Amino acid sequence: MVHLTVNGRVVSVPEGSMVAAALMVAEVGAFRHSVQGDVRAPLCGMGICFECRVTINGQAHCLSCQTVCEDGMEVVTT
Amino acid sequence: MKKLSFAVLVVGAGPAGLAAATSAARGNFSVGLLDENPAPGGQIWRGGRTHAPGKQARVWLSLAELPEITPLYRTKVVAPLGTRALLAERPDGPVLIEFERLILATGARERFLPFPGWTLPGVMGAGGLQALVKGGLPVEGKRIVVAGSGPLLLAVAAFLKSKGAHVLLVAEQTPWHRLGAFALQLPRYGRQFRQAGQLGLHLYNVPFHADSWVTQAHGDKRLMAVSVRMGGRVKTLDCDYLACGFGLVPNSELAAAFGCELFEGSVRVDAWQRTSVEGIYCVGEATGIGGVDVSLAEGQIAGYAAIGQLERARTYFPAREKAARFAALLARNFALRDELRHLATDETLLCRCEDVPYGEAKQQASWRSARLQTRCGMGPCQGRVCGAAASFLFGWTPDSVRPPVSVARVETLALTPETIMRRRTQ
Repeated sequence: MVHLTVNGRVVSVPEGSMVAAALMVAEVGAFRHSVQGDVRAPLCGMGICFECRVTINGQAHCLSCQTVCEDGMEVVTT
Repeated sequence: MKKLSFAVLVVGAGPAGLAAATSAARGNFSVGLLDENPAPGGQIWRGGRTHAPGKQARVWLSLAELPEITPLYRTKVVAPLGTRALLAERPDGPVLIEFERLILATGARERFLPFPGWTLPGVMGAGGLQALVKGGLPVEGKRIVVAGSGPLLLAVAAFLKSKGAHVLLVAEQTPWHRLGAFALQLPRYGRQFRQAGQLGLHLYNVPFHADSWVTQAHGDKRLMAVSVRMGGRVKTLDCDYLACGFGLVPNSELAAAFGCELFEGSVRVDAWQRTSVEGIYCVGEATGIGGVDVSLAEGQIAGYAAIGQLERARTYFPAREKAARFAALLARNFALRDELRHLATDETLLCRCEDVPYGEAKQQASWRSARLQTRCGMGPCQGRVCGAAASFLFGWTPDSVRPPVSVARVETLALTPETIMRRRTQ
């Protein structure tokens, strides 16, 4: 298992899992909020739509659907 | 900034890109194989933790490990630099990549169409949900509606069922008589026919409706239910996910950014898969939606043509022709119906990046005016989602994407032409 934090909470997922999958397992309601404040979550799952973008280890706008979970990773939703 | 040089650079490591790279590598030329994802395979051969690829995929994926091929995964193309180099971004920073020949195998994406509620968390592409499940999302016991159009729906439904999901319904928009016409032709295509048969067996007990489409997704902060039109009535089903895609759209943006000519959204190529720009080839779904067989044939043709082995390239012409006939059959029988143009209300968002409602966009005369007047397509996806929808809804032709072709870090964008030129001449 790989252990990462999502909004400060520890989440454990099987090795090789994508960050987007980990966030859904952690049941975060929103990956991001839209311009007018609506909650959004992944649509395309393949790096096209940018709805899954989150901050990973301090770097903003990372596509969680194309990033593999790593031990100690810090993920923050916006 | 790092610099890399290859005789042949292949962008995209799906079936077409793998076939192109492994063919080009037969001539002992240096080949770079670039992909945004952490592993090769593209969308169709996406491995991931829970889903080992099939035999055909394993063969091609193992060929990609030839020593002549340098894998460049987790690498995004940011911008073309003329026609013999490009700027890319890797996790450790920007990289300048030079090449003598470029083979673009950028694949396809799903077409999404707006309907009320389509921005709710839990509403995803059909291939999109499949990709996330392959990426570790458990769906055991989840209630899922699969909807939209095309053979992908059946493949996704069978996949989700095999992962323990409760597939409530597959709603295919195409009418029964079209499906019938398609089915009658299938026996002429052995592999596809066998696949269809297997899918049928896997989908035993899953309700399938043709002439059927989603009209609305319900929920407040996430999806709770979907309304589906079937048999002339609208039925509402409680569910956890909606997997919904309306066929595929070629990813032609990078080719367009290199100046390659497009035709009806696909990259225009000649018999050797050459684009209108000298030294640049294009293969697979970006040249028109054709599936894995046409991708493999085109990849091999371009791979051998790029290293001057034209006779060898020619041996794959018949395979490409047969696969192209199948692609035409698909396009004919899964054409999108007119009713899908009228699902969105004026308040439904068309552009999810900039929150532009359908009602505002529809008053515009063209894609360009929608961009300028409403910011439709001006967000980070650069119109890849709403542009494909708008071209179906309004018949607009989206402008080509301008560099940067993908979202890049400031340090990459801050590289001045002088810095890049200095690096290129070193």
